[in-house]
Amino acid sequence: MTELSYSWTEDVLSTLGETGVMIRCGDAISEAVHRRVMSVCTLLEKSQLPGILEWLPSFASVTLFYDPLISPYHEVCGRLLHELNKMQVATLAEPRTIIIPVCYGGELGPDLEYVATEHGLTPDEVIAIHTSGDYLVHMIGFAPGFPYLGGLSEKIATPRRPTPRLRVEAGTVGIGGKQTGVYPVTTPGGWQCIGRTPLALFRPMENLPSLLAAGDRVRFASISLQEYLEQKEGER
Amino acid sequence: MSIEVIRPGLLSTVQDEGRMGFRRYGIHPGGVMDTFAARAANALVGNSRDAAVLEMTITGPELRFHENRLISLCGADLTATVDDLSVPLWRPVVLLAGSVLRFGRCRSGLRSYMAIAGGIVVPEIMGSRSTDLKTGFGGFKGRALKVGDRLSVGEASREAQAALHGLIVEAEKNNWRMHAPAWYLSSREWPAYHAEPVIRVMPGKDSAEFNEDSLERFHKERYVISPQSDRMGYRLEGAKLELVQPMDRLSEAVTYGTVQVPADGQPIILMADHHTIGGYPVIAQVARVDLPILAQAKPGDRVTFERITYEEAQQLFLEQELEWRLADQLIRRRLAEMGDHQ
Repeated sequence: MTELSYSWTEDVLSTLGETGVMIRCGDAISEAVHRRVMSVCTLLEKSQLPGILEWLPSFASVTLFYDPLISPYHEVCGRLLHELNKMQVATLAEPRTIIIPVCYGGELGPDLEYVATEHGLTPDEVIAIHTSGDYLVHMIGFAPGFPYLGGLSEKIATPRRPTPRLRVEAGTVGIGGKQTGVYPVTTPGGWQCIGRTPLALFRPMENLPSLLAAGDRVRFASISLQEYLEQKEGER
Repeated sequence: MSIEVIRPGLLSTVQDEGRMGFRRYGIHPGGVMDTFAARAANALVGNSRDAAVLEMTITGPELRFHENRLISLCGADLTATVDDLSVPLWRPVVLLAGSVLRFGRCRSGLRSYMAIAGGIVVPEIMGSRSTDLKTGFGGFKGRALKVGDRLSVGEASREAQAALHGLIVEAEKNNWRMHAPAWYLSSREWPAYHAEPVIRVMPGKDSAEFNEDSLERFHKERYVISPQSDRMGYRLEGAKLELVQPMDRLSEAVTYGTVQVPADGQPIILMADHHTIGGYPVIAQVARVDLPILAQAKPGDRVTFERITYEEAQQLFLEQELEWRLADQLIRRRLAEMGDHQ
């Protein structure tokens, strides 16, 4: 696995406060770097190093949080490097693919027409392109359950709205430049709103509070307004 | 039984030590801003350190107690009174049933913590009772307190029950509504609360990206806390900080106390309700032992940053933890003894 042949030396480790260690896995947004990030997460999950409380993957790094009363920094780093250098044999978990149903256009996606016009496409063509994409969840952040998705087609990449809307409803599917994503909670937002999913992306009362996790694959599927209303998951 | 909110104050929320283990789902730990004051408040009423407390900001609430309760107030001095008598801070206090606890002018600090023996009981969400104001979940219905809310209280620990009993006997004998023992947590134990605090920071991951002048200014000059500061972040105004050359770092983890510098060159310190990830250059990280001091600093206060190493910061943190464990034991013993002697 060539993606994993990476130089795991002390240089890739840095501190984040007295309780955090950042593990740099590269310096670009790419699938190879992402695979390395996910390998490190799998490693942390399996190896159960003492004192490790949680970890947080991002585009090109993983940050782990630990209890220095159990293991001080140099001990955490020592064990970590030892594990990282054995990692070549680690096997990656098969990614999950999650289908997100979306009711495109109309009141639930007021900017679909605009996106279509901008690219000289029909709304149906925009939907066809958006639903044919194979998206990768690089990380979850910004808001609870908010996925940073890679893989939007350049054909429908559209700049953000000049003035953000004061209220974007939870479940809204948007396009912001070369990114696409779903607002998990109702918030102000500047992305082009092209549809809405009936699924709840943020589920505070459940065991796993986020529908998506870094490493997941996402596909969007077009549904009718009728189907949207039938599938709508309870408001928080 | 419950505690009734007659007036809610400016921003009173239920908080505990925060929500750990969910950063990877975009959920920040949150929790109390001044971890020292909250922990002291809990210890003084015999609670475990993770019990939920009330965090009250600048303008305190007015609360009616329907039963005899052992409480403690730590952190900012919001001039609390019962029947026009001052409620002492940093010590256990018994309030008899029917008492109304009122808060007045903010005399020092910004956030006051009230612990109640048994802790405030609200549903635990993701292992925590903290209010997430931004997303609106956790704590008391995911929001700040309002008029008419009623806070439920859990069962007091054995030591707290002993102390409560001892204090009630004394109070009833003298016909007092409120009574506190003579002992308290001495100011020698507190963090160095100050309106012009010196905050110790260690270098951030991008310190080397800033030019020499900027690094020097950051550690020499005073920064004023801007009114646009809240539980999410403190915006600072002062000497402009500049990079050697523009950098484009991918967004990655940040934490409580991370000092970011956006393009305008004015630093922002991320506080308890920070985003889980951030993309601005990070010039420094506030030492954990000094976060409580910062949490009590208010808009207009002036902060200076003193440089320490990562090793020093971790050592200070470990020492404080060990001191706490000892203090906690001593306080529990004191509480239990109050039942014996009175």
